[in-house]
Amino acid sequence: MGATIVEKIFSGNCGKEIRAGEVVMAPLDGAMIHDITGPLAIQKFYEMGGSRVFDPERIIMLFDHQIPADSIEAAQNHVYMRTFAAEQQIHNYDINEGVCHQVVLEKGRAAPGEIVVGADSHTCMYGAVGAFATGIGSTDMGFALKFGALYFKVPETIRAEVSGRFPNRVGAKDLILAIAADIGADGATYKAIEFTGRTISKMGIPGRMTCCNMAIEMGAKAGIVAPDTITWEYMKCRRKMKPFVVRSDRDADFAERRSYDVSDLEPQVAIPHNVDTAVPVSKVAGTHVDQVFLGSCTNGRFEDLKEAALVLGKKKFNPEVRVIVIPASRDEYLKTLRAGLVERFVKAGALVEAPCCGPCMGGSFGLLAPGEVSLSTSNRNFRGRQGSTDAKVYLCSPATAAASAITGVITDPREVR
Amino acid sequence: MMTNRKPASAREAFAGMSRIGTTARAWKFGDDIDTDAIIPGRFLTINNPDELALHAFEGTRDEFAKKVREGDVVVGGRNFGCGSSREHAPLALLGSGVRIVVAQSFARIFFRNSINVGLLPVVCHDTGKIADGAKIRLNAKEGYIEADGKRYAVEPVPDFMQGIVDAGGLVPYAKGLKKVPVCTKSRR
Repeated sequence: MGATIVEKIFSGNCGKEIRAGEVVMAPLDGAMIHDITGPLAIQKFYEMGGSRVFDPERIIMLFDHQIPADSIEAAQNHVYMRTFAAEQQIHNYDINEGVCHQVVLEKGRAAPGEIVVGADSHTCMYGAVGAFATGIGSTDMGFALKFGALYFKVPETIRAEVSGRFPNRVGAKDLILAIAADIGADGATYKAIEFTGRTISKMGIPGRMTCCNMAIEMGAKAGIVAPDTITWEYMKCRRKMKPFVVRSDRDADFAERRSYDVSDLEPQVAIPHNVDTAVPVSKVAGTHVDQVFLGSCTNGRFEDLKEAALVLGKKKFNPEVRVIVIPASRDEYLKTLRAGLVERFVKAGALVEAPCCGPCMGGSFGLLAPGEVSLSTSNRNFRGRQGSTDAKVYLCSPATAAASAITGVITDPREVR
Repeated sequence: MMTNRKPASAREAFAGMSRIGTTARAWKFGDDIDTDAIIPGRFLTINNPDELALHAFEGTRDEFAKKVREGDVVVGGRNFGCGSSREHAPLALLGSGVRIVVAQSFARIFFRNSINVGLLPVVCHDTGKIADGAKIRLNAKEGYIEADGKRYAVEPVPDFMQGIVDAGGLVPYAKGLKKVPVCTKSRR
C-alpha cells in the first residue's frame, strides 16, 4: 500500500513511517503569528513557563488584521508583540508587508515537504507550495513557540482531481467555491484535501493559493498541491533548496476520491451565510450590492487584480457601489502599481487601500450596516462577518466582483463587454 | 452576568457536574455555528475571558451574554465552532461561566482550542432532541448527558487528548515539561 503526500511529509519529518490516524509530536519548520491571535499566544507561551522561543529564525511575526492600528487596544497589542519580537529576536514584518499568508509564502517561510503552523485558520494556504500547513489556536501556538513541536493526528486525505480547461473569466475561485459546495462545510473535517489533475498542473501558484486557502472552509486540516516544476520555479528565488519529489502514490489509501471538470464551470457565487452554498452566478444575477471587496489572502494577488482590471477595461464602477481594492502584500501592490492598475481602479471610482486584511474579518474598516449587501473575493460569508449580523455577504471571483461593481448588481463577468 | 466567574478546568467541570446539577440550562444553537458568531471580529483586541464574555454571541443571540449563568451548557448541532482559529471564542464561553459545549460534531480547531483552554467539548449525536432551556447535566463517568430527564450517550474524549483534559488544559499540561518527545530525524 502506497502513502499519501501528507503521510510522506510526516514520515520524512519524523524519520519513520507514519500513517494517517497516528498521533505524533512532530517538529515544526515554521510558525506564524499575527496581531489578532499573537498576543494570546505570547501570553500562553509565558504561562507555560517559556523564556526563549525554540528557534527565532523559524518564527515569523506580522500585523495585518488591524493596521494601521484602528484602536488604542489594537495599538497596545502591536506594542506587546513588538516587544516580544525584539526580546526574542524574531523577525517582525510589523504593519509593512501585508496579509500574513501571502507574506509567509513570498518570503519563502514555507516550502515543499515542510510542516508549518500559523495562528490563523487560513494557514492551510501554504499547501500551495507543497507544505503541510495548518491553522492552530493561540494556546497550541504558545506550545509551538516554546517547544518547536506540536501534537498532530496525521489526517487522511481526500483526493480532488481536477480536469478540463477553464472557460473565459472562470478560474480558481470558481473552482474552489464549487468544490466547497460539493464537499460541504464539514465534509473534510480532520482530513487533508489534495488538489491534483491536469487543471492543477497547469495552474500557477496564485490559483493554487486560492484553492488551498479555502480548504478550511470544508473543515480540512490542510490543503495541498504536490510540488512540481511550477512550485520549484516559485521557490527558486525564495529558498536555497534542491528540488525533490514528494507526491501521493497511486495506490495510497485515500479517504475518498472526487473528480471535477471545469470545462463547463460557470462563475460561482456563495450565498449568505455559509461558504458551501455556491450557485452559478446566473442564479443570483441582478442582486443589488452596496459594497464590493476585491482583496484578501484568498484573492488579493496581482493576478486576481489583473483579472478584475481586464473585466473593468476603461469603464467606471457604479457610483452607488463602494469598491474597496486591497492588494494582499507590498509586492503584489507594487506589481499592481507598475502595471498601471492602481490608477485604473482609482479612476474607475475604487478606494485602493494599503495591504491588509481589510473588510474580510469585519474588524477594522469597511463594515456593513444592517440590510446592506457585500460582494467579496474573500473566504467567509458568515452572518456578521463583515459588520452587522443583518447584512449579507456573497463570495465570488475577482472577475465577478469587478463585473458586479460596474453594474451595481451581481453580474456574470462574461456578459460585461 | 455572574460575577466572580473563576474559569474552572474541564476536569473540574467533569467532576463538578453533580454540583452544577439540574440548575444548568441548555443554550441551544443550530448547525455550523462559526467563531465569528460566538465572538465577532471587532472584539478580538480583547484577550480577557470576562470582557470577551460581555460580547459572546453578540448580534447572533443578544440575550445570551445577559442571562447566561455559571455552569450553563451550550448545545450545538453539526460543525460547531467552524471558521476562524480565534481562541477568543472558547475563552468568551469560559468567561460566560460555560464549561461544557455539547454538539453533534465540532470543527477541528475549535475542538482543540477548547480542550487547550479548559472548556470541554462533548460529542453527542442526539443534540437535535435537546430543547433550548432544557435542564441539563453531564455524567462523564457513565458517558451520558441528561436533558430534561432524558439520557443521551456521549463520546469519550480522544485518547491522546485525555492527558490535556486531565491536566485542565494545555498550559498546566505543558508547564512542567522541559522538553517534549519529538519524533524527529536529524534536522538540517
